[in-house]
Amino acid sequence: MSDDNPSSAGAPRRRTIDAVRASLPRRYAKERRFRLTGRLAVLTGLAFVGSLFLSIILNGYTGFEQTYLKVQVTFDQEALDPEGRRDPAALAGADYAALVKRAMQAAFPDVSGRSELRELFGMVSSGAEYQLQDMVKADPSLVGTTRDLWLIASDDVDMVMKGHIDRRVPEDQRRVSDRVLGWLDVLEKKGAVDTRFNWRFFTNGDSREPELAGIGGAVMGSFYTLLVCLVISFPIGVAAAVYLEEFAPKNRLTDLIEVNINNLAAVPSIVFGLLGLAVLINFFGMPRSAPVVGGLVLALMVLPTIIIAGRAALKSVPPSIREAALGVGASKMQTVFHHVLPLAMPGMMTGMIIGMAHALGETAPLLMIGMVAFVVDVPKGFFDPSTLLPVQIYLWADSPERAFVEKTAAAIIVLLAFLIAMNALAVYLRKRFERRW
Amino acid sequence: MNATMGTLSDAATGVAGRADAMDGLRIRNFSGTVGEVTVANPRMRTRGVDVYYGDKHAIKNVTLDIGSNEVIAMIGPSGCGKSTFLRCLNRMNDTVEGCRVTGHITLDDKDVYDRQMDPVVLRAQVGMVFQKPNPFPKPIYDNIAYGPRIHGIAASRAELDEIVESSLRRAGLWDEVKDRLDQPGTGLSGGQQQRLCIARAIAVSPEVILMDEPCSALDPIATAKIEELIDELRQNYTICIVTHSMQQAARVSQRTAYFHLGDLIEVGETTQIFTNPRHKLTEDYITGRFG
Amino acid sequence: MSTPLLIAALLVLTAVAYVLGRRRSVAVSAGAGGIRNLHSLPSYYGSYAALWCLIPALLVLALWVAFRSTIVTELVVRDLPQEMQQLGPDRLGLVLNDVRNLTSGNVVSREVTPELRAAADHLKSLERTSAAAMAVVVLSLGVIGGGLAWRQISPRLRARNRVEAIVNVLLIVASLIAIFTTVGIVLSVLFESILFFRTVPMTSFLFGLDWSPQIALRADQAGSSGAFGAVPLFTGTLLISGIAMLVAVPIGLMAAIYLSEYASREFRAVAKPVLEVLAGIPTVVYGFFAALTVAPLVRDAGVALGLEVASESALAAGLVMGIMIIPFVSSLSDDVINAVPQSMRDASYALGATQSETVRQVVLPAALPGIVGSILLAVSRAIGETMIVVMAAGLSAKLTANPLDSVTTVTVQIVTLLVGDQEFDSPKTLAAFALGLVLFVVTLGLNVIALHVVRKYREQYE
Repeated sequence: MSDDNPSSAGAPRRRTIDAVRASLPRRYAKERRFRLTGRLAVLTGLAFVGSLFLSIILNGYTGFEQTYLKVQVTFDQEALDPEGRRDPAALAGADYAALVKRAMQAAFPDVSGRSELRELFGMVSSGAEYQLQDMVKADPSLVGTTRDLWLIASDDVDMVMKGHIDRRVPEDQRRVSDRVLGWLDVLEKKGAVDTRFNWRFFTNGDSREPELAGIGGAVMGSFYTLLVCLVISFPIGVAAAVYLEEFAPKNRLTDLIEVNINNLAAVPSIVFGLLGLAVLINFFGMPRSAPVVGGLVLALMVLPTIIIAGRAALKSVPPSIREAALGVGASKMQTVFHHVLPLAMPGMMTGMIIGMAHALGETAPLLMIGMVAFVVDVPKGFFDPSTLLPVQIYLWADSPERAFVEKTAAAIIVLLAFLIAMNALAVYLRKRFERRW
Repeated sequence: MNATMGTLSDAATGVAGRADAMDGLRIRNFSGTVGEVTVANPRMRTRGVDVYYGDKHAIKNVTLDIGSNEVIAMIGPSGCGKSTFLRCLNRMNDTVEGCRVTGHITLDDKDVYDRQMDPVVLRAQVGMVFQKPNPFPKPIYDNIAYGPRIHGIAASRAELDEIVESSLRRAGLWDEVKDRLDQPGTGLSGGQQQRLCIARAIAVSPEVILMDEPCSALDPIATAKIEELIDELRQNYTICIVTHSMQQAARVSQRTAYFHLGDLIEVGETTQIFTNPRHKLTEDYITGRFG
Repeated sequence: MSTPLLIAALLVLTAVAYVLGRRRSVAVSAGAGGIRNLHSLPSYYGSYAALWCLIPALLVLALWVAFRSTIVTELVVRDLPQEMQQLGPDRLGLVLNDVRNLTSGNVVSREVTPELRAAADHLKSLERTSAAAMAVVVLSLGVIGGGLAWRQISPRLRARNRVEAIVNVLLIVASLIAIFTTVGIVLSVLFESILFFRTVPMTSFLFGLDWSPQIALRADQAGSSGAFGAVPLFTGTLLISGIAMLVAVPIGLMAAIYLSEYASREFRAVAKPVLEVLAGIPTVVYGFFAALTVAPLVRDAGVALGLEVASESALAAGLVMGIMIIPFVSSLSDDVINAVPQSMRDASYALGATQSETVRQVVLPAALPGIVGSILLAVSRAIGETMIVVMAAGLSAKLTANPLDSVTTVTVQIVTLLVGDQEFDSPKTLAAFALGLVLFVVTLGLNVIALHVVRKYREQYE
């Protein structure tokens, strides 16, 4: 290439353009490959989202339904209330299980033999007797009458009806015997088998029997825990954000706090569980499995999130607002609390909701502080032993019964519904109160 | 060639009426611009170019030739569209979302906005230097070699070395950096960075170099060096420079175009524009009444 | 009086203090020429009295609640018969448990001796006394604090400045809680770990190759000593995290590039939030997904290929963990890629580079430090992830690099060792804290480095 000769500049220029043209097909092929890889990556990610949700929903939607068997039950005066006084205590203590058994036997009179009978009785849930008990308690006049009643079917029958137990599998490899399937077919032909919405799933506590287990206790436990978490973390988070953003002098301590908060946000959640176990339970002797401890641990865990979101919200309030307030003689504190903080509040609320959603889904630290107990009763306060929705999911996922798979997935659907609702609220708040300065 | 000219004229005649409305103008042409928009040996030609950013009409019906081996300066107050116009010439506006260009722009009689025209090929022929020096965060050598490498211009390492050296020499930077080619280009001073960017642009041997206020971020000494360099580069390249400094336009360019609110108001020999502007707006701007 | 009730009473008292303080400020101002001559607005005088009523009482309440059970237990132990006091700490703990159960009327695991009954009665009376004393002390403190502040109120009292000073202190305390948390984590984990390293030397913990923490109850059982070599846990953690990163980094990075550089606005508006949904899904859900869907899939695929795949393979857990981390990598990379100035891209395009050349040769190298920082953060996340591995990875500590085999991780072992009832000072329990210490130190180190790298990177382009 010669430097200062315009006439010779034409030659290399032609070469350049030729080289560019010659390289183009190869380069565009690369471009297409690159773009394709990118699109594949996005589609893979979307496919993961899709398969995750699909897997959960397909496994879980049947969990909201429960199979019932129609059986003719005789509320036998002799068995329930031999003295005929309709004494509530006596009625409550009567042997309703026997009623259920007698009813089943009446439906299939030709069944005999201990093991056969046990299988027959096993078609109805052990919760059926409580069903009858509750009915009599509500209406003592039932005693002495005979009614057609829909009793809760056992989990095995439920699984057969929902197709989770395959009838084609050889009998010795399946949980349900051919006999039971035969009886079930008889009942079905009579129209005595029905699948109904399972409202018990939302009100009951945990149970060893899948057909009786519900998320009511777990939801209340989550509610109490989140309430504690909210009451502790939100005021502290807002106060810390206000101090760091508005008042803190720039010095080593402030830097240290900042670095600290950023690091805490990335500390594995299980470490917070260790903190709770060592400090709250062992040192301060607080009760295990109590929402109050869980709430404290979760509060410490979500605090960094809330502080970081709060600072971002404060940062987005323009300095002119502060100057205006200071200019009319307000103190720094008045400026912040009367003007800046209210303007930053929607942003802080958004951060808080996201933090709460995070806390709602958290499991690992709660395992550390003993919230994995088997709790049948629905908790009534902050110190009652309780379990939480995600922990309940973990416990059920670990259970061997096939019927717990759909319960687990159904509980996950409920949990995700809560999370989606919370995130939607956060998005709505952000959109509704978004200001452009 | 003739066919192309025909379509270009057709595209421009639609606005002939507007020029008549302007009083006191000695020379009128079809786009309403005062002065000679065409040249004898054009490298690039634009005919009736309009640019929209969304709803904003940023460039209005601009017609202008850019001659071979000339330095043409675009001047005008901020927001007048001179940079936008420059970015149309190598389709850099393609990267701006919502930007729409109509009209005709040709490079060596090939339509730049034609579907057949590949922006990659176009930009290899029409290089660009930006307002703020933007060297890649890579070694100086790799900065220069980037263009030749992606286009596959150099067949061998030796050839690439040669391209790097000659580009740096032409940019007047070789002696300053020859011992530290492996150090990052971001470590150079502002003026050196800008010359590095010019060297990077000429390494792919473009035909036209667009410069968008190349000296606005530099001190006077660095500016003087760049201006000197522009004058030398004119031997081999066509240069189109946007500047907000009228002195700079006067020093480096042969022709000057004055833009105002998206209109090309006046074009002419640089000496004529600065000594004897024909349009009132040009005169007001030159004499510093606004801008 | 129960604690929530006491808090409610205290809040009522605070409200009363506010009203009285405010009223007094108005009253004293009447003699001094009206409210205008007050130093501050009346509401500040109210707040001043209220704060003095609330804060000291609340502090004492918190301390009382925190230490109540420790002190009460100590007192009960002191009154137990001599031979019971001589019991080892774990046996004593069981006795105390029974005492507590007896007090609350629950089932007791041993015969109820008169000593036990006496201790239970003692506990009951102590708890009742404590609750009553707490209520008295807290409420009277509230009255005294509020009363003293109320007496101070005069037109010259600089109430606003004082209230603001108190609020300022409260704000500082709130922001120091982050530091307390870190200190608390370090101390609690460190303290138990030191206890652990007294029984098991640190070197054999960090470099030992055998992990079987089950300590036999009887001395003659096999493996009675327990083995605490954590190397198999570290390799297992690294294996699963490695698989997760192999899934998450390419997909996350390419997805971020595609969405920020290529995708149309409409596609981005849909795809980005959908991908971010992955970040909001609780990890327990991923664990269920891994155990229920992915693990059988992996096993079937392995069988179809003639490979032997463990039912709790590292591959399945790692795969799902990778899915979880995708949005983490992609949103961090997205931030980083967007921080690369447009002028870099312009320079490249102006030289005639195609989009992929610009991305690969200009944007990515420029963004590299930031991307590395994001990946480090993601690694720290993967190492600390618990639920997925608890539900989908195994329990057996194998020293293997085979992704089809079952391995266990640090977090799995922490959970296994600590879930359920445990005596607090057995080496088994303490080992969990030693593992926690390792986990904390490693993730903290990664976070510090990553945050530093990312911050330096951002400063470069600001």
